[in-house]
Amino acid sequence: MKRLLWAALLALLLSLPWWIGGVYYVNLVSQILIAALFAMSLNLLVGYAGLTSLGHAGYLGLSAYTCGWLMVNLGWGHLASAGAALAGSVVMAALFGLIALRATGISFLMITLALGQILWGLAYRWTSVTGGDNGISGLTRPSPFGLDLGEANTFYFFTLLVFVVVGGLMAVWVRSPFGASIRGTKDQPRRMSALGYNVWLIRWITFIVSGFFGAVAGLMYVYYHQFISPHSLSLANSAEMLLMVIAGGAGTLSGPIVGAALVVLLKNVASAYIDRWVTLLGFVFIFIVMFVPGGIVAGLGRWAKALNLKPVASTTRTKPAEDAP
Amino acid sequence: MSFWFIQSLNSLALGGVLFTLAAGFSLIFGLMRIANLSHGAYFMFGAYLGLTVLDRGYGFLAALFAAGLGVGLLGGIVERVVLRRLAGNSLSQVLATLGVAFVIADCSLWLWGGDPRPVSPPDFLSGGVQLLGMTFPLYRLAVVGFSMLIALGLWLLLDKTRLGVMIRASVDDRQMAQGVGVPASRLFTVVFCLGTALAGIGGVIAAPILSVYPGLDADMLPLALVVVILGGLGSLAGAFVGSFVIGFIYSFGQVLFPDLAYIILFLPMVIILALRPRGLFGRINA
Repeated sequence: MKRLLWAALLALLLSLPWWIGGVYYVNLVSQILIAALFAMSLNLLVGYAGLTSLGHAGYLGLSAYTCGWLMVNLGWGHLASAGAALAGSVVMAALFGLIALRATGISFLMITLALGQILWGLAYRWTSVTGGDNGISGLTRPSPFGLDLGEANTFYFFTLLVFVVVGGLMAVWVRSPFGASIRGTKDQPRRMSALGYNVWLIRWITFIVSGFFGAVAGLMYVYYHQFISPHSLSLANSAEMLLMVIAGGAGTLSGPIVGAALVVLLKNVASAYIDRWVTLLGFVFIFIVMFVPGGIVAGLGRWAKALNLKPVASTTRTKPAEDAP
Repeated sequence: MSFWFIQSLNSLALGGVLFTLAAGFSLIFGLMRIANLSHGAYFMFGAYLGLTVLDRGYGFLAALFAAGLGVGLLGGIVERVVLRRLAGNSLSQVLATLGVAFVIADCSLWLWGGDPRPVSPPDFLSGGVQLLGMTFPLYRLAVVGFSMLIALGLWLLLDKTRLGVMIRASVDDRQMAQGVGVPASRLFTVVFCLGTALAGIGGVIAAPILSVYPGLDADMLPLALVVVILGGLGSLAGAFVGSFVIGFIYSFGQVLFPDLAYIILFLPMVIILALRPRGLFGRINA
């Protein structure tokens, strides 16, 4: 049943440009896929390791700025600058992990927020390198194997390819024995420690992997927009990513995708009709936290059960480990 | 020479502003174990409320009063309507405060527009004071004095009154305090109102120094976080020392290394986290 749903989704996505009717919508779905990449990478940390981070936009920014700066200022090629951006982000994630993983729970959230703000501050104030408020513009999309990604449909398929590969890697990773140990450190850190697992190391590795995939998403982001500014690293953006994860369902594979679709659609549709869509986003955030705490995917599953149907997606919802040491 | 004195006064004034912001944040964290991520938004909302009162021609004291009352009330409502329903799940509460921050910030943008609004200090505090052959802006001296008064008041409240005893008892051991009959539920509302009211007042006293603009909330929240991480969560003394340390680092950093002021600002936090994760004066292992 579940496999069938995934296959149907993939078929829909593969045939999308032929039925969706218009470049605008193709681009919209590209945006959703990129947002989903961010949400999925954050979900590794939030959903599987139980570490709620509010600085994830930092990786977007770091990889996008590194890539953009190398291309514009040093004239590096696409492949080299993308590789440097990913490597730089991994190093940064390793360093940030050392600092942030001094704590868990709310303190972890506060530290990641502060670290994210450092990167934002750098992007905003270090004008000689980052261009300050104006950001870096005039970037180009790569052309792998001679494909022109400047065109909306081609770029969409490229994004879809990255999305499927990254999603597949993540699915394999969280289902591996290591993935099980990550969930173990979330639910029972003390027992895992007593069983001989190095809880800190497991968390640190997850932190770095999450940062790496965040950086991959950052590259897609900068390729799509061909522009990067401090606004992309703002706290509001980190919070939006977290909203996608939590709204869809943390700790599930499909949750962040649903959440990303919801937030991007809400942003694009609502902002066409009302000015105050940030307020709307805030209320959605509060509503989800208060009334659909497990996220939409789990909520739908419960409704389906209540209606005596087959569950759409079986998700095991565990009580969040309350400020576990 | 005069550069160092003037900058020191600026640092003290910023420290005073940070203290009014961080004291409430720290108290709320100590008691309710939640990081109130809307604290920066309350600060900005207070500043805007004060601005409106000043625009109508009422005095600065009225602005302080209105901001404290208005923001405190708003905080009380949020605590009762939103946070109360999520009691026991601090992560959800923190995320809800983030949603509240979005709403407040966006509504402020709607009500007061996107342009930065300068605020002039009250007449009786404008001008300068001659001291050691240098001119110090009187308003900044007054801010330092005012924040000292607030610190004194809070210390008296926490140390000498029955309410303060109950708050301290709940910070140290909530279950035990409830067990001996401390009305934790009412205490939560009182402390949340108090903390947010302080943030609102802080916004008004900061307005002549920082001016009021959209994004002030996002600028101030990380500063409050750094202060309490440095000083220790739930500790008034920690918030006090942390505020002035950060005030100095930020003010001097902005002048001496304008490009990298942000990094310098966060260095002490990183060092403290590495050496003493609970902060200088912290009693809570969060």
